[in-house]
Amino acid sequence: MNELQANLPMHEGGVGVRVLRTEDDRYLRGRGEFIADIKLPMMRELAFVRSPLAHARIKAVIKPKGFENCVFVAADLVGVKPITAVSGLPGFKPSSQPILADVKVRHVGEAVAVCVANTRAEAEDIAALVELELEELPAVVDMVAARSAESTLVHESWGDNVFLETRVDYGFEAAAAKAPIVITKHLRTARQCMSPMEGRGVVAAWEPRVGQLVLHTSTQMPHIVRTGLSECLGLPDEQVRIIAPDVGGGFGYKGILLPEEVCAGYLARYLGHPVRWIEDRREQLTGNANCREHDYELTAYADKDGMLLALDARATVDAGAYSIYPFSACLEAAQVASILPGPYRMNGYRCITWSAATNKPAILPYRGVARAGVCYAMEFLMDAIAVETGITPEEVRRRNLVPVEVMPFNNITNKHFDSGDYAQALRRVVEAIDLPAVRARQAAASGPVKIGVGLSVFCEQGAHGTSVYSGWGIPMVPGFEQATARLTADGGLELRVGIQSHGQGLETSLAQVAQEILGIPVGRVKIVHGDTALTPYSTGTWGSRCMVMAGGAVATACRELAARIAPIGAHLLQVPAADVVVANGYVTAGAQRVSIADVAYTWFRRPQDLPDDISGGGLDVTAGYKAVRDSGTFSYAAHAVVVSIDTEMGDVKILDYAICEDGGTLVNPMIVDGQLIGGVAQGIGTALYEAMRFDAHGQPLASTLADYMLPGATEVPVLRIDHMETPSPYTFFGQKGIGEGGAIGPPAAIANAVNDALRPLGVEIRELPITPHGILSALIKPVQVAA
Amino acid sequence: MKAVDFSWVAGATLEQASQKAKAGSKIIAGGQSLGPMLNLRIAQPDALVSIAGLALLRGATENDTDVTIGACVTHAQIADGLVPDIGSQILPRIAENIAYRAVRNRGTIGGSLCHADPAADWVTTLLALGASVVIAGADGTRLVALRDFFRGAFRTCLAPGEILQAVRIPKLNDGQKFGYYKACRKPGEFAHAMAAVLQMKKTTRVVIGAMGAIPLIFEGDEATLQSIAPAFTARAGGIDDVTRHMQLIAVKRAFEKLSA
Repeated sequence: MNELQANLPMHEGGVGVRVLRTEDDRYLRGRGEFIADIKLPMMRELAFVRSPLAHARIKAVIKPKGFENCVFVAADLVGVKPITAVSGLPGFKPSSQPILADVKVRHVGEAVAVCVANTRAEAEDIAALVELELEELPAVVDMVAARSAESTLVHESWGDNVFLETRVDYGFEAAAAKAPIVITKHLRTARQCMSPMEGRGVVAAWEPRVGQLVLHTSTQMPHIVRTGLSECLGLPDEQVRIIAPDVGGGFGYKGILLPEEVCAGYLARYLGHPVRWIEDRREQLTGNANCREHDYELTAYADKDGMLLALDARATVDAGAYSIYPFSACLEAAQVASILPGPYRMNGYRCITWSAATNKPAILPYRGVARAGVCYAMEFLMDAIAVETGITPEEVRRRNLVPVEVMPFNNITNKHFDSGDYAQALRRVVEAIDLPAVRARQAAASGPVKIGVGLSVFCEQGAHGTSVYSGWGIPMVPGFEQATARLTADGGLELRVGIQSHGQGLETSLAQVAQEILGIPVGRVKIVHGDTALTPYSTGTWGSRCMVMAGGAVATACRELAARIAPIGAHLLQVPAADVVVANGYVTAGAQRVSIADVAYTWFRRPQDLPDDISGGGLDVTAGYKAVRDSGTFSYAAHAVVVSIDTEMGDVKILDYAICEDGGTLVNPMIVDGQLIGGVAQGIGTALYEAMRFDAHGQPLASTLADYMLPGATEVPVLRIDHMETPSPYTFFGQKGIGEGGAIGPPAAIANAVNDALRPLGVEIRELPITPHGILSALIKPVQVAA
Repeated sequence: MKAVDFSWVAGATLEQASQKAKAGSKIIAGGQSLGPMLNLRIAQPDALVSIAGLALLRGATENDTDVTIGACVTHAQIADGLVPDIGSQILPRIAENIAYRAVRNRGTIGGSLCHADPAADWVTTLLALGASVVIAGADGTRLVALRDFFRGAFRTCLAPGEILQAVRIPKLNDGQKFGYYKACRKPGEFAHAMAAVLQMKKTTRVVIGAMGAIPLIFEGDEATLQSIAPAFTARAGGIDDVTRHMQLIAVKRAFEKLSA
């Protein structure tokens, strides 16, 4: 515990309490207000004309006769700049993402023109009449082939198809030279589509009275959207106001500036009436929400005791056609290089990464960016070492995990693990599934159904601070996270935060933080968020940062507010200011006390009762927060899964799933459970179901949720969740970022379980997702058809 | 996406609906297949003629040999046992595994047959059960064996103005046994493989669905567990080894599920 964490009082509804989520009342009654619920007078609808080809030169875009005034092409967006997301990493090649494609189209679904009409259906009617004259070019579809010298170029001026190549080497040769065991694996993860229940959407209006573009958008980061949008539209920031209403899931898909937002913003001002675009599932799947596509060539060097000595990796990430704002095209691959070693110790590490450009939609940062793939890769190797040495998978991991005695620990890539007992989490999860009993069942299984057990262990950097992000050199660097705490005249509390709650229950958990500090009950705390006009600047919600950063900011602002409350309360009690304590909703001096509500009433409504020497600052505080050390928190978890495989049909069923995780001090353990459950559902999708495949021409092969397979309620087992709570020494309450972990562990654990089951059959699956077709392709012998 | 502009017509009688079902229009019952096709603009009709409200199409009757189910009876009604049993609760057991409840609540048995999706449960199972359909047209009704009703994937013999009125399914008798298996990873997923088997006194019928074309029917010498593999390989065309393997496992499992 640090100084701040010491002596914090506990309250009903404060930190650590399973408070029911206050926002759920409106969500569960169907009374949330999402982007498509917003209707403005005179509002008209947009439909985009999208490229049917993956790669082509645009010869002409012909507006249909009679509709010239309601169809807009690139040349009509006067003064609008393309989206450019740079990186400061040496050698990075920035792309220029047009708002509407002009010279070339670089992926199927790229917007080429936009149509305006009274209804979406009519706008689509017009869109169907727009003629595109395209000269088709060969499509760059495979990320590894894209790197070859013969490949067609996605961006001609580059000379190759690589956004960025990175190389790191930490004593690799020396460490690898001594290794008696060398294991090489080639692994692949699929391209996926993030699928929040609510897609993207925007309602844009120019308001002449205030001289502002008011853009409602389904986003995780209103302030970053404003910055990016202002730059594209050439408007000063103060002329742009971004409002995020209720947001129906994000997962990273809503942490991106979209061309559609820029286009709607321009048209609202140009046309003089509001416009809206509501993304449909087809646009989301085929043109927009792509994520995760990795290729790993890995070599592990180990000794006969199962100790990993060195790791050599060549990782390619299919970044798609454009560098996205603000995260850029290289964040995923560059993170692969820095986090691949996972929670393990090793003496040598070498990694080359490529962010390859292809004729597919830009890859976007999905929950557990890079981590789900990296964990799969590393945990695959741990099982391979276990097989090679004959040591159990749990014991190999135990030997290689960073032990609790050396915490905090700087790992081989200089990641600073703040605290934790990784081996304990592993031990607890192995006990939870009763591994000896499962092994007995496995040995006893006869017939076509086989049993397998899989483990994964990972640690997850979250709440990255300035020192981490300034190194990337991308358009966004988190600094002090700010919050405003403002008492109301009747003793309630308003909190204004620049992050965005899009399903995480932050309206509840941030209120719990305030209650913890001031003792004002959760029910009297109103969270104001999702509006650049009302909240302090923030990079928004991403990277498992909100409970650490916004939680820290709210706590800090409430502390400072308490310091403003104290002298007024002392005056009302007629005691020296130094003698009072503000806590539990009261200003207390010995046996006397006065409520915070009375203090608020005095400040706002009976100023004649204030002391003469009171400062004018009032009961309204904006404060900034940074962690004591801003290199990020490292939550961690161990996952254990038992599967059965029907080896005749290739079907995988999850029989048991247990997690032991450590998110430091948990502000609301119930919300953390919910985050884990949702994350695991997505991780199961990565492991077994989700794949956005493309044909040789770059055509996406799924366009509805009937052919892009998501796990549903019937595919997600009841999880058994065990919490450890090792506080981070660097954060306000000791909390760590935990929002993404659920999605990170499952692909590795499930893949290991499947391969554990299949190993006696001499088969190993090295590609995600693991499908019946993939399993059977490996298992069955080609049929000899009688002539 | 949004559907193209179309008009909505609800016939008060089957005759009226038949008259209004001209070229360029589509008949709609539960809309569980047509709805998505409209929204994706795969179907772009001038008009939809709704038959969902026609009482004539919503009942079920039985005699000694057959059960006749109106075209607009929903999967949910069948799953809930609200139609006469053909034996062993076969129809409810098929119906309760069609997609998921929300689809079953609106989707109809007649709509499923008219859509003629080779991966649909009713298409394969009713072929195996030897069902026939009652088709209403301008000149009255005609009875067509289901195997003659389908003309290919998503194609039927319905002429413009004709409406599928009912499905007639023979009751199991004389020791007949039926088995059905479909392979899909989650409810609502299109099946990867499916097979239905009807074992009769003197012969057996095997139907294999979820193919690119309309399900394949095997009878007599071909329709045994031992002989189905070469027969299927010969007739299935150029399918890959994995698909072939899955289909033959589906057949094996359908045989294992045979019950009277």
